[in-house]
Amino acid sequence: MTGMARLTCRVNGEEVRAEVPVRRNLLDFLRNDLGLTGSHAGCEHGVCGACTILVDGVTVRGCLMLAVQAEGAEVVTVEGLAESGRSAALAAAFTARNALQCGFCTPGMIASALEYIDGGGGPDRAAIRAHLSGNYCRCTGYQAVVDAVCDVIGGAAK
Amino acid sequence: MKAAEFGYLRPGRMEEALQALAAGEGAAMPLAGGQSLMPMMNFRVAMPETLVDLAALAELRGIHDAGERVVIGAMTRWSELMASGLIAAEVPLLARALPEIAHPAIRNRGTIGGSVALADPAAEVPAVLLALAGVVVLRSLAGERRVAAGDFFLGHYETARAADELIVALEVPKARGLRHGFHEIGRRHGDFALAGAALAVAVEGARVMEARIALFGVADRALRATGAEAALRGAVLGDGTALDRAVAALAEIDFAGDIHASAPMRRHLAGVALRRAWAEGVA
Repeated sequence: MTGMARLTCRVNGEEVRAEVPVRRNLLDFLRNDLGLTGSHAGCEHGVCGACTILVDGVTVRGCLMLAVQAEGAEVVTVEGLAESGRSAALAAAFTARNALQCGFCTPGMIASALEYIDGGGGPDRAAIRAHLSGNYCRCTGYQAVVDAVCDVIGGAAK
Repeated sequence: MKAAEFGYLRPGRMEEALQALAAGEGAAMPLAGGQSLMPMMNFRVAMPETLVDLAALAELRGIHDAGERVVIGAMTRWSELMASGLIAAEVPLLARALPEIAHPAIRNRGTIGGSVALADPAAEVPAVLLALAGVVVLRSLAGERRVAAGDFFLGHYETARAADELIVALEVPKARGLRHGFHEIGRRHGDFALAGAALAVAVEGARVMEARIALFGVADRALRATGAEAALRGAVLGDGTALDRAVAALAEIDFAGDIHASAPMRRHLAGVALRRAWAEGVA
């Protein structure tokens, strides 16, 4: 069983056509086939959140989706978020607040935080922590990450 | 780690999906949201020869009001259930449990049918279905059958689903008039439960007419705590001794011990979860 399949989807606004092994996950397809290495491969079993990307507008784990499952989908990675300016305010706040040290978790953090902010989430530290609970950071202790998200939302944090 | 080789099908019609499962003779697995199956394949705990992706079967999605029951398509995602006004209004115990399931990015992909099919002992929804007397609707080339949740979960990742059957829907009676409570204990939000309790309780006046208590994360599968239910039947609300007897009756359960929690610790936590769920929604 060779297991190849044709895939057509949009990645960061551009149409992509490819022939992919069906066992290749979406994360590996983005990183190795398309060279989009901003999405990070951490645990490869859906725990760490470093590979969090947007598929059809919502966050998913890139490692828990096969590339072929993205047929017809709109995929946005941290590169796409940066190019479009959607993540600019978060990136500036992460920098200002020292919300990253090694930066490995940051692309996934940005995707999850953006989903929270765009979903109308308020400056509620417990709610922000709950929304980011699937994104592990081993440097910051999360305090600065929550600070940065609160900064972007504005208003008094509670 | 990467998954081993497999074949991949994405049938557009139910008939094709059922044929593929039948032809696979046990080596073909349905792919729902993939949020448990993909890690299991990456660990090579699961090594299907063929994956039958259910994504194109629109009839497996959606939440429908069927009079006395709510029917939930097996491919309905957690995030869709969380956004459903029908679930919030008619199946509040499920609505209460949903935010406890994993993390947002997992809930955007994971499906209720996939969770029921996997039957992870620490999963929330099997216990919710037990407490609410839900039904699992299965289909194969031979036709459709309906299995009560109480007869469906048989053991560690073991269910009454045959390899050629597909879970097409879950049916849940509307919870009109029932009180409900839910409590899950884990080390962090979204982690696998160390113990949890889901309750659906019928109360008349101040008296408990029937208490359905399901536990998860404590044994080889989600299960009813029948001794605790008996201890609470007929009890007057506010009578703490009945709740004490219910917690004591949990001793009948064969609690599992592993690296996350010993069996005595799980027994203790199950009692804590039962008390907190009761306090939240019943007492």
